[in-house]
Amino acid sequence: MKLLLIITLILLLFSLIFDRKKTFSALKIAWNLFINILPSFLTILILVTILLTLLPKEVLAGILGEKSGVFGFVVAAVLGSISLIPGFVAYPLSSVLLKNGASYPVIGVFITTLMMVGIVTLPLEKKFFGLKTALIRNVLSFIAAILIGLAIAFIWRIL
Amino acid sequence: MKDYFTNNRNDLIFILVFIIFVLISYITKFDFGVRVFGNFKVSFLEMISYMPFIFILIGLFEAWVPREIIERHTGKESGVIGAVWVILLAMLQMGPLYFAFPVAYLLWKKGTSMINIYIYLGAFTTMKIPMLSFEIGYLGLKFSLLRTILALPLFIIISIIIDRIFGRDFKMNNPLNEKRK
Repeated sequence: MKLLLIITLILLLFSLIFDRKKTFSALKIAWNLFINILPSFLTILILVTILLTLLPKEVLAGILGEKSGVFGFVVAAVLGSISLIPGFVAYPLSSVLLKNGASYPVIGVFITTLMMVGIVTLPLEKKFFGLKTALIRNVLSFIAAILIGLAIAFIWRIL
Repeated sequence: MKDYFTNNRNDLIFILVFIIFVLISYITKFDFGVRVFGNFKVSFLEMISYMPFIFILIGLFEAWVPREIIERHTGKESGVIGAVWVILLAMLQMGPLYFAFPVAYLLWKKGTSMINIYIYLGAFTTMKIPMLSFEIGYLGLKFSLLRTILALPLFIIISIIIDRIFGRDFKMNNPLNEKRK
C-alpha cells in the first residue's frame, strides 16, 4: 500500500512538471469519481458493519472462511452473480470481509462472479448479443469463477 | 449539485438515518449502536485513507493514456494480434460490464471477429488497469496477480467455446439505435 502511495505521488509530480492542464483535469476526474462513489460506498460499508457486528466472527468464517468448503463458494458465487456493486466499492468491502474471517479463494469467487456474471444486466446483454449467447457467456463465466476459486485455494497453500 | 442529491437520494437518506441512529445510541448508551459505530469507524478510516491516492492514480491514467492509438488498431487486425489489441484496449478502460456492450458493438461494426469480441469482454471484466490498481491496493498484489493470471486463459477458452457454438451466424444488435428510430 505504501508503494502505491509513493508511486502516485511521484507520477503526480511528473505530471505537474510536464503538463499542468492535464494534471488539473486528472485531479478533476479523480474528485468526480470519488464524490460519485462515496454515497454507495458508505451505504454498503454501513450495512456490512451492521452485519459484522450482528454475526460473531466464527459465524462469518463458517460461511465464507477456509473451512466453509463448497457452501462458501456457492454463497459467494450467487452473491457475486446477482449483485451490481461497482469495483470501487467491492474491493474495500472484500478487504473488510477478509479481516473478519473470509478466505481468499471465496473472495476470489465473489470478485470474479461480480465482474463476469451479471444477472441484472442480462436483459441488456441479450439485446446486444441475443439471448442464447448471453446466457451461455454467463453460465461459462460462472463456472470459470468457481475454477478460479479452486485454483486460488490450491495455489495459496503452495506459495 | 442538485443532480448529485437526486441521483444518490436513497444512499444519502440511509446515511443520514445511520448518523441519527448512532447519535441516539450514544445518548441512550445503546450498546449495539455504539459497537456498530466503533466497527464502522475502524473500517472507514482504513478504507478512506487509501482512496484519494488511488483515485488520483486513476485520474492521471485517464488524462495521460492515449487510448486512440490503440483504438485505431482494433478491428483491422485479426487473429492473435487482434486479440492482443482488444485486450490492451479493454485494460485501459473503466466502468461496469454494461459499459463494454456498446464498445463491443462498435468493434463488431469495425469487423472484429466474434472470438476477439468475447476476449474483449473477458479482459474488460477482469483486467482493467484502474480496477487492478484498486484491487492491489485493497487485496494485495499476490491475490490480484493470481486472479488475473487465472482469469486470462479461462476467458480465452470461453471465447473459443462461444465462437465454436455461435460463430457461424454471429450478429450483434444495437438497442440504443433502435430506440432512436
